[in-house]
Amino acid sequence: MSTQVTTGLQVRRTVELTIDGQKVNAVEGSTLLDACRASGKEIPTLCFGDTITPKNACRVCMVELEGSRTLVPSCSRKVEPGMVVNTNNERTNHSRKLVLELLGSSVDLSLTKNVARWNEGYKAEPSRFGAPSFHHHDRDQAITGHHHQPDGSTAETVHQDVKIDNNLYVRDYSKCILCYQCVDACGEQWQNTFAITTAGRGFDARISTEFAVDLTDSACVYCGNCIQVCPTGALMFTSEYEMRKDGTWNEPEQTQTDTICPYCGVGCALTLHVQDNTIVKVTSPSDHSVTHGNLCIKGRFGFQHVQNRASD
Amino acid sequence: MDLKIASAIATTSEKSAVDLFLGPATETSQGGERNSAGYRVARGGESLRSLRHLLLPTLHAINDRVGWLSRGAINYISQRLDIAPADIYGVATFYALFDTNERPARQVHVCIDLTCRAMSGCKEDSIPNGAIASPCIGVCERAPAVLVIETGVTPRYEVLAPATNNEIAELVAGKSARTQQDIAAAVPQAPDNSLVLLSRIGRVDPLSIDEYIASGGYVALRRAIEIGAEQVIKEVTASGLVGRGGAAFPTGRKWAAVASQPVKTRYLICNADESEPGTFKDRVLMEGDPFALVESMTIAAFATGCQHGWIYLRGEYPRALKNLQNAITLARSSSMLGENILGSGFGFDITIFRGAGAYICGEETAIFNSIEGYRGEPRNKPPFPVEVGLFGKPTVVNNVETLVNVLPIITNTGDKYATWGTTGSKGKKLFCVSGAVNKPGVYEVTFGATLRQLIDLAGGIKLGSSLQAVLLGGAAGGFVGPEDLDLELTLEAARAAGTTLGSGVVMVLDQTVDMIDQLQRIAAFFRDESCGQCVPCRVGTVRQQEALARLVKSSGSQNSAVDLQLLRDLGQVMRDASICGLGQTAHNAIDSALTRLKVFSA
Repeated sequence: MSTQVTTGLQVRRTVELTIDGQKVNAVEGSTLLDACRASGKEIPTLCFGDTITPKNACRVCMVELEGSRTLVPSCSRKVEPGMVVNTNNERTNHSRKLVLELLGSSVDLSLTKNVARWNEGYKAEPSRFGAPSFHHHDRDQAITGHHHQPDGSTAETVHQDVKIDNNLYVRDYSKCILCYQCVDACGEQWQNTFAITTAGRGFDARISTEFAVDLTDSACVYCGNCIQVCPTGALMFTSEYEMRKDGTWNEPEQTQTDTICPYCGVGCALTLHVQDNTIVKVTSPSDHSVTHGNLCIKGRFGFQHVQNRASD
Repeated sequence: MDLKIASAIATTSEKSAVDLFLGPATETSQGGERNSAGYRVARGGESLRSLRHLLLPTLHAINDRVGWLSRGAINYISQRLDIAPADIYGVATFYALFDTNERPARQVHVCIDLTCRAMSGCKEDSIPNGAIASPCIGVCERAPAVLVIETGVTPRYEVLAPATNNEIAELVAGKSARTQQDIAAAVPQAPDNSLVLLSRIGRVDPLSIDEYIASGGYVALRRAIEIGAEQVIKEVTASGLVGRGGAAFPTGRKWAAVASQPVKTRYLICNADESEPGTFKDRVLMEGDPFALVESMTIAAFATGCQHGWIYLRGEYPRALKNLQNAITLARSSSMLGENILGSGFGFDITIFRGAGAYICGEETAIFNSIEGYRGEPRNKPPFPVEVGLFGKPTVVNNVETLVNVLPIITNTGDKYATWGTTGSKGKKLFCVSGAVNKPGVYEVTFGATLRQLIDLAGGIKLGSSLQAVLLGGAAGGFVGPEDLDLELTLEAARAAGTTLGSGVVMVLDQTVDMIDQLQRIAAFFRDESCGQCVPCRVGTVRQQEALARLVKSSGSQNSAVDLQLLRDLGQVMRDASICGLGQTAHNAIDSALTRLKVFSA
């Protein structure tokens, strides 16, 4: 977390609170999620990312706070002295189960880490809302405040065709849980490009460029910082997308090599993901003090020269 | 900002609409004039960045002029306000009164919400071709209601109610609406000098400040200035006044919290985004007694130390807009608003901010985002508005009716006001009675009246009608049945009976009303109006609607038990885990219909 002490002998005060009956001390200014994790509890998170201000949109990390009418999002609620928090009771677990079911029934979570395990743990059955519906009018053309009356025979999903409009990355919004992280990374929290936004409202809310134009017509600068923060695989390198389509993507076999970007003097840290002696994607460590996970188009995508072999 | 703007350019009328509102382009990094060398002159910087709050009014300016928002128009706004086109697109597509697809200059919005469909069968699929189905327009006493928007150089907003299908078809074809109905027609008690909140309706010209003053106007403000800010808050606290928008938070406590903030820049917002289906009391107050709202806001600002106030007015209230604009102008010229009010040294002014078709913008933190030029998504609390509100400053947010109650509190003292009502519910309350009664309208009662007394006051149930159910508090409220007629309409009695008064909706439904249709409309309403930010509400409202659709087909069978359980599960997660009150209450009315009225258990 960026709130941690980085320099000097600054003394951080701690506050005492009770989590699941146990007294714990937490650093002032930290969140309930930090405190829970520090005391060894696993709280599921989906929309939470370690480089973006918590949006607390997914509501899977909800915990019970005594004195609060509703549950509270642990990812963004700051610790206060004397708080009494329950992280694992019928109410919190019902909430997590339902959030997992609601997302699982409307979004393709096949590439989202831990979901299968959490579904099992919380006894979530996304299929109990009915068979997923893949028949849609164009979500990009949804009219705000209007929808087609469902008949209940299927469960509506956010399915739409994969958007392939450039050579560098694809956007598969069938996998989007609307965590807002890509919008925040593209916008004021990191890149300040503002190529994408959340458009529409309610279930029709979706990530979009202006008027849903192709990325090539948008303000996108292909920094790929949206891919870096995407927790569900909705945003993906074209290389990864094509290998997955061909059935050749093999993550356990891949190596990760940290290096420094060769292009300019900033010195961004790169992590090269290599499979069969070929770079298949590039990330940057989110805790790196230079990049915080962010790169530019050159560091993110400009690696072809490394593997232009003489025999090619 | 280094904007990348596509080639689409605004038409002359789009540009002139923007320029008329913002003034000619001077301070801009991209849209300004070229210098002698042919380069754009870049000026602005920090000052440009502070223009974001002009976004919604600018979108309105274009929408009023040409009826929709084109790529070129959005590009031009982008240049003028230094906001990325995608960002503007995200905001524009949030609001239902805006459209990013070309549409005719004339739009006929037909209310298909609870009262209108109960009274006339106005439904999504039964309204004339070319008309647009709309959520509650807030003219429930004359259901069914139609709002006609004709865009152009002089845009026209007209309300026609009640409207027949033939009349709606004529409106779509271009015919003008009939002349507006008398405001007092919505207040069957009027004219009645003994009323406290509605005493001027039907007696005093809402456009005349002289008549307002002659009928006791501005007595309260003078007295407030005389007794001082602290004493005003004491009086309001002593009165026991609680918020009338639905949440019933003690007004005095809210004011005291803002007044005690160390930050001295503070704002006041009057929440006039009255959109709860079945609610129209605030509309009647703003149309019929606009100076009372202006005066009470001035008192609230004086007491809490706010320098500026906004009236967040729903976009569908043209007459309230006109009457409030007039009231503000006249109050300024009479030294009742602006700098040095009544020679006291206290300065305060009011801006009217038009909503653009979003129920969620009645949520207090969504109002902040909307005024600041963002999508109207609620914020996470804490921090609470009294500490961090509009533009990050301490902010008082009060509903119209709440504010108007301040006037009798100050003129009569808080103690006197507290003698009205019951132990747990103090003062006067407005109820919006609609549906199968003889005289639907806004009624003022002292807290303590029963539902039966209120219905009798509204002329009783219509001849030939028998009571099936009453919806209290609107779509976010709950149904009660004929056996609940002796329910005392107080906060404490409603709570004890497991229901709510909410915003004061009393929608009387007779035996002809299809309750399942009402429930499906409530589910559809919440689905449409969810902002989409959090999962429990965004997906939960859809699943709720789907489960209801299945129940309609399988009522009584074994499958229905599964879906009833699903609904309970959804209700719990929405109530427990949604960010704001919309999601938290989106299951209440349906729950009450299942448990109290036993719909689906036959």
